[in-house]
This record gives sequence, C-alpha cells and structure tokens, in this order.
Amino acid sequence: MKDTTLIQLVNDIKSGKTKAVDAVKYYINNIKEKSYLNAVVEVFDDAIQKAEEIDKKVKNKEPLGRLAGAPIIIKDNMLYKGKKCTCASYFLKDFISPYTATVVDRIIKEDGIILGRANMDEFAMGGSNEKSYYGPCKNAHDSTRVAGGSSGGSACAVAADLCVASLGTDTGGSVRQPSSYNGVFGMKPTYGKNSRYGIVAFASSLDQVGPITKTTMDNALLLSVIAGADEHDDTSLRAPVDNYLSQIKGNINNLKVGYCKQIIEKIKGTPYFSKYKKVLDFLKSQGAHLVEISIENIELALPCYYILAPAEATSNLGRFDGIKYSTRNKDAKNIGQIYNFSRTDGFGKEVKRRIMLGNFVLSSGYFDAYYNKAKALQQNIRESFKTAFSKCDVILFPTTSDVAFIIGSMNKNPIEMYLIDLFTVPANIAGIPAFSLPFDKGENNLPLGLQILANDNNEGIIYNLADFIEKNYKESK
Amino acid sequence: MDWDVVIGLEVHAELNTNSKVFCSCKNEYGSAPNTNCCPVCIGLPGALPVLNKQAVKYTIKAGLALGCNINDIAIMERKNYFYPDLSKAYQISQLVKPICLNGGIKLSNGKFVRLNRIHLEEDAGKLIHNENIGSLIDYNRGGVPLIEIVTEPDISSADEAVEFVTKLRNTLIYTGVAQCKMEEGGMRCDVNLSIKPKGSETFGTRTEMKNLNSFKMIERAIKVETERQIDLIEGGGKVVQETRRWDDVNEETVAMRSKETSQDYRYFPDPDILAVTISRQDVEDIRKTLPLLPEQLKDKFVNEYNLPEYDADVIIKDKEISTFYLKCVELLNEPKQISNWLMTNVLAKLKDDTLQITPKQLTDIISLVLNRKISKQNGVELFELIWGTTDDALKIATNKKMINDMSADELYKIIDEILVNNPQVIPQYKTEPDKILNFLTGQTMRQTKGKADSKLVREYLINKLK
Repeated sequence: MKDTTLIQLVNDIKSGKTKAVDAVKYYINNIKEKSYLNAVVEVFDDAIQKAEEIDKKVKNKEPLGRLAGAPIIIKDNMLYKGKKCTCASYFLKDFISPYTATVVDRIIKEDGIILGRANMDEFAMGGSNEKSYYGPCKNAHDSTRVAGGSSGGSACAVAADLCVASLGTDTGGSVRQPSSYNGVFGMKPTYGKNSRYGIVAFASSLDQVGPITKTTMDNALLLSVIAGADEHDDTSLRAPVDNYLSQIKGNINNLKVGYCKQIIEKIKGTPYFSKYKKVLDFLKSQGAHLVEISIENIELALPCYYILAPAEATSNLGRFDGIKYSTRNKDAKNIGQIYNFSRTDGFGKEVKRRIMLGNFVLSSGYFDAYYNKAKALQQNIRESFKTAFSKCDVILFPTTSDVAFIIGSMNKNPIEMYLIDLFTVPANIAGIPAFSLPFDKGENNLPLGLQILANDNNEGIIYNLADFIEKNYKESK
Repeated sequence: MDWDVVIGLEVHAELNTNSKVFCSCKNEYGSAPNTNCCPVCIGLPGALPVLNKQAVKYTIKAGLALGCNINDIAIMERKNYFYPDLSKAYQISQLVKPICLNGGIKLSNGKFVRLNRIHLEEDAGKLIHNENIGSLIDYNRGGVPLIEIVTEPDISSADEAVEFVTKLRNTLIYTGVAQCKMEEGGMRCDVNLSIKPKGSETFGTRTEMKNLNSFKMIERAIKVETERQIDLIEGGGKVVQETRRWDDVNEETVAMRSKETSQDYRYFPDPDILAVTISRQDVEDIRKTLPLLPEQLKDKFVNEYNLPEYDADVIIKDKEISTFYLKCVELLNEPKQISNWLMTNVLAKLKDDTLQITPKQLTDIISLVLNRKISKQNGVELFELIWGTTDDALKIATNKKMINDMSADELYKIIDEILVNNPQVIPQYKTEPDKILNFLTGQTMRQTKGKADSKLVREYLINKLK
C-alpha cells in the first residue's frame, strides 16, 4: 500500500487485490502517526462505511467508477453536504455544508471516497499555510519548513502518504506552489475547466480547483473526472472534456518548448537556473525544439493580481457577516455591532489586510486608477501569452525558484511573501493551464518544482510532457 | 418668488418570470417565509448565480415598448453594501452597461419624459420586526428579478409624475413583463426632487424619497416635499442632499441619511456572470412578441373602429378590458355597440367585481338585441342574469321567455286593442306626442311582457296616430 499511486490503487481495489476499507484504514493510520504535520484537519467519520460499500460492490461484481475506493482529501474550502467546511477560519468554525460542490460530487459519482478535509491558509489567502485557524501545516519533507499554500494541507497529505490524491484550489499558485514545496504533482487547469460551484470563493475570476497527486498520470485521471461544464457555474467552459490519460503518448517529438526571456532574466545566476537549463537541454536531446519567447509585461502580473484578487475577495467575503451562518459575536447589541464585532473576531490578519486592500482599489476615485487599469493589463498579459503560444506549444517556468522556507521566517513583511507568487500568478491572470511537477532537488535535498504552461484547454499537451519528464529525466546531481 | 420643480424618477418593477433571476427558485408572492429559497438566493458560501435568460428577454421587451436602444453587450455588476436583507452583502445590478438606454414616454400635455436607462437587478429579502422574537429575515423575495427604470429630470409636477408612472405601469402590464402590483411592492418609485427659481438654468440641490408604492403617495410626497424645499429656501435655509423617507401617517418627509455619510457602493463587474451579448436578431425576435401597446390600440380603435376618442381612452386604460373588447369585436363586428355595452354595463359591474362574463356571452346578448330577438330591456336583464355564470345567452333568454316570438301582425293586433281601450289619449297626442307615445309603448311592453321590440311599436303607433 505504501506510496501507491491512484491508478494502481483503483486497479488493485477493482481486482480485489486490495480492499477499499484497508486503504482507508491505512491512510487514517498515517494521518494519526503524522498528526504533527497538521495536514488533515478532519477525517470524515463515514469514510470507512463508504469504503465498505465499495468493497461490497466489488464483491457483487457491480460496475465500478473510475476512482473506485480511492481515498481522496479535499481542501477545507470545498462543500460536502453534512460535513464541516471552515476555510480554516474561526468565522466558519461551526459551518456545516448544506450541499455538495460539483467537483466533490463528481468524485463520489466515480466511487471515490472523500476521506477528510485538509488544512489551508484562511480563505485561501496565503502562500505558506501558516495563516490557518488550525495552526500551520508543515512540510512533508521537513517539519520545520512550511508546506506552502494556500493548499498546503492538500499537497502535504499527498506527499506524506496520508491519502492517495487530493484537491486544492489555485487562485495565484495555491495548488502549484505547495505541490512544488512538497514534491508532488499539482494542476491549475484552464479557467472554467472545473466548476466552482460549492467552492468558497476567494477571487472568482481567478479561482480554479486543481488535483494534487503522486504522478502525472494520476493527475490526468483525476482531472478527467472532475472537469467539465456545470449548469450551476456560468463561467464553466462548455467544451467537452478530453480523457487526458489518452493524450499521454510517451514521446515529445517536435514539441515546441518555449522559455521566456523575461523569466530567464529573473532567475539567471540562481542555483535554480542551472537545473532549469539542464532540463531544457534534456528536452532538446529528446526531440523537442526550444523556442525563446517574450511575454510583455509579465512582471506586472503580480501587481495586477494583488489588485484584482483582493477586489473580488472583499466582495466575496461580505456574506460572512455574523447574520446567517458565520460565528456571531455574543456582545453585539445592534446590527452595526453584529457586523463590526463579528468580522473583527472572525477574520485573521491576512484576510483583513486583503479586504482592506480590495475596498481601497474599488472605492470611488481609485477604481479607474487601480481596478480598471489592472483589468486592462490582464487583457494585455493574456494577449502576450496568446502571441507566445503561436510560436510554441508549452512554456517552462519555475514554480518557485527556491525550496520551502522555514516556518515563521517570512512573517515580518507581507510583500516578501507575495513575491513568492511571481512565477505562478501569470497563469491565473492569463486564465491558462499550468502544472507543477517535481524535477530536481535544492537545498537540504528538498524538492523543487518545474512549471509547464500551455494555451487554453491544452492540459493534454502538458500532461504528455510532464509524464515524459517524470519517467525519463534524471535530476541534476 | 416663483419656483420650477425638477423631478427625476427611479421606478422599480418586479418581472413576471417563473423563477428568480439567478436561481431556479419560484418567483412567487405570498409564500410561507423562506420557502422559495436555495443556496444561491440565500447567499451560501460557494453558491453561484446563473442569469435567467427570460429576465433578460423581459427587460429587452420592456425597453422596446418604451422606445429604448438595446445594448449589444450588457454587464452585471456587484453593488456592495451590508444589510441583513441582502444575503451576499452585494446586490447584482447594472451600472456601466445596462441592457436598455434612452427611450421615453409622452405625456398628455405633449411633454416627452426621457428615460436614461432600464437595468436589470435582483430584489432583496424582507426584514420582519417582531417585538417578542426580534428581527427576522424572509429571503423569498431575495433574487426576484427587478427592472429599474430611470428617467431624466424632465418631470415638473406631481400630476406629471403620476401620469408618467400610470403610463409606464400600463405599458409594462401590456407587454406582460410585469404585473406591477403596487400593493404587493411589485412596483416602487423613488423620487428625486429639487427646486430652482422659475426659468433658471441651474439645478438646485436634490433630495431622494425612496419606496413610494402608491399613486397617492407619489402625489402627496411630491407636493409636500416641494413645499418643504420652498419654505426652507424662502426662509433663508439650504436644501441638504439626502435621502428622505415619506411618512404616510403624518404626511411629511423625514431625513434618513445625508449624502456625506452615504455609502460608496464599490461597483465592479460580477466575475461570476459572463457579459450578456445581445444580437440584433434577438432584439428583432423579441420585438415580434410585443403586443399592441395602449397608444397603438387607441389609434386602432379610433381609426379602424371609428370609436370616439373618449371610448378608446376608457377601454385602453386597463389591459383586461381592452383584451376583452378586442375579443368581442372579433366575434361580432359591431365595435360601437360593444363599446356602449362595455362602458355602461360591464364597467359598472367592475366597480366592485372582477370580470365575470365571456366575450361570447356578451356578444350573444348584443346580437339578440340587434336582431330584435329580445328587447333592449330584456337584454339588460339577461346581462344581469348571465354575469358570473357559464350559461348560454340564448338558452337563458328562451327559458325566461324573453324571446320575441310574436309576428308583426300579432303585435299590431295588441296595439290596436290598446288604442281601442284608451280612446281618451288620442286627442292629447296632438299637443303632447312624446308623452302619449311613451304611455302607449309602455302599455304595449307590459302587455307583451317586455318581449315586443319597442322600436317597432313606436313606428307603428306614429303611423297609426298620424
């Protein structure tokens, strides 16, 4: 069972070689043993019962779904009817989901088992998973370091073998960055590929759900299950979804691999650069063509993100007001106090910071200078990527240029923390798919991620390249 | 000093769609609290709005009926503010790109009141204050589609305002997009009002009165607020830009909040809803569904049916009446006769009843009278009998022995007998012909139990008494 992949586990369960119940028990045991990681904040009490139902189906030779018996952990901002969903916030500490998110529902329909919910930065705001009501989630490879964020719990749980796969959400890198820090595989699909229905919104125009897995192929399978149009989400793409596994061909002949001039400038001279260059050389040796491309204004994606995301967040978080379902301050005596006291108690510092920032950029007199300018810039960056993809099939970026940092080391200056999102934010701003895979090791033998970006709806091309690197590339040292 | 009054209106009307504007909950008035609710309209975390296409179509239809230009692209925006009846802490509305622009309504004095826009938005829920329990919220109304019709400041009096709202309401009802039941809050009016010295080019400072939901309230609020502003300025004071509440009991406007402390709504495009693209083909398709509107119907009645303008004006005032009238004319090509019956008999009934006669029943009665099968007098009685039933006119007339089954000769024989029995009146005929004619006709009608055709009776008598 140890470190089994999703595809292997589903095959073993279907063939009767492994029992779903044993798989669930194995992971529950791991969660207990590695509770110091603080990755999983709740194991759902019906997981074993669900596993028994799957085993019964196997025994009775009933038809089985594509995720039969696979214990999957969801980020704590995804609704699953009857279970708590807290967004790692004091404000929602007692909130029980009254309905199920579309992506979660699709996993259940394919006989997957929702094992529990994962730690995260409060309301998905943060890049270290230190800003959680439940306390920090630790890195699976070094518990003095951060798991990354905001989907830190989801990435750590996969890396530490606490589940076979997980779901995270990615607004500015929140799936890819913790995947990179924990040495696992994380996808931020094309905007609209996955339904956002039942996912607590952070920045609606940027949020995407993404699978986090132990292999590229596992990721391709899980995305194939959860992706696709949803009548409950106007922004979900109507185009039919591919079976991404069938797009993994085992070769990269004539693939045009782009490297971005502006990104090279940023990482030149760092230890990451030599590793990055080595992987490019390897791809060339395997039949790919390397293409230098330029993406105008890419360095402005980050400020653009830190205007648009807080603007949307401030509006999205307005519904947490102590009136209907969020924790109400007991001393509040009138409506003004209910709002004021409850929101003061309810939100953590980083969330408040972003609410303030968002209100500022939306306020009259500043709207044109900030929000509208950022919107125009977003369009401009998106077009730059389109132009680049007329010359190449994929573009390689770092996910982060360094390994996970020490817990608490970044707490002095929020801007410094924001800068870590430099390489991940552009894909959200442009709405294109981007994938992080572990490809090398950095300081203290900690994992480093490589990011593959492609044009809209080209997740299949990404998976093919990632699988090729995963199976054929030998790391640099 | 003489003053000009400057008024602009913002009229909200709930659209008559089956479901709410962003979810599939029923759009229904009067249900038990919080029964027409779902994750979307109570603003649960993770819930997403999906725009109701019918609401967009209805907004376009209202716009076309009011002469608006329809935008190619419309954008739903978020208007952010906190209030317990607003489940998401933002109302989805429109600011920069509404569905309809311009248009207007012509008043009877010839003035054209221009519209600035019509936009689509969602209604909020309702707060219910209970002394024992506290404040409760009913989200049934939350997410009901509303259109907001915004005028330019072209209105100069309470009378003009009332006429504008009356015509607007009637037009919306005719198009079928809204029922505008003011007593249920289905139509509400905000009044922006300022005064300026007569003829002055510069506008004064305006106040806004919100949620006036009857014609009387609109009229009274405008009159009272105009007086208040005039008194204030003439007394050396200054009007403050503020929202005022109309106190219907004390007949006064009361300050609610000034613009200084008013909220910044921080509008921005709602990222959950794609921009609405409206093709010219969509617009033309919707235009084809427009019924004849009141003014067009009036033209038809006057020009095609030769109705007096007075009749036409009365009939178009109410869609139910004009629809009923049109159906009657389809069944019986006697527009003026039908109009007479409608205006005297039907409208008299409608003063304290709903419409309880079918076009077929009414036109059957009229035909019987016109064909002299029954007398006019019996026709009116038949109308009274048939009201509220599903009975057939001819059947009732037959059962009640109203049918005139006498031959002319039989009738003449009866009249001759009456003349013989009343010899004293014949000499009087020379001096008082009308009196005697009425007396003898009355005698005949009594003798025939009202069946006789009074016209025929009079003709025969005149001939006889010559």
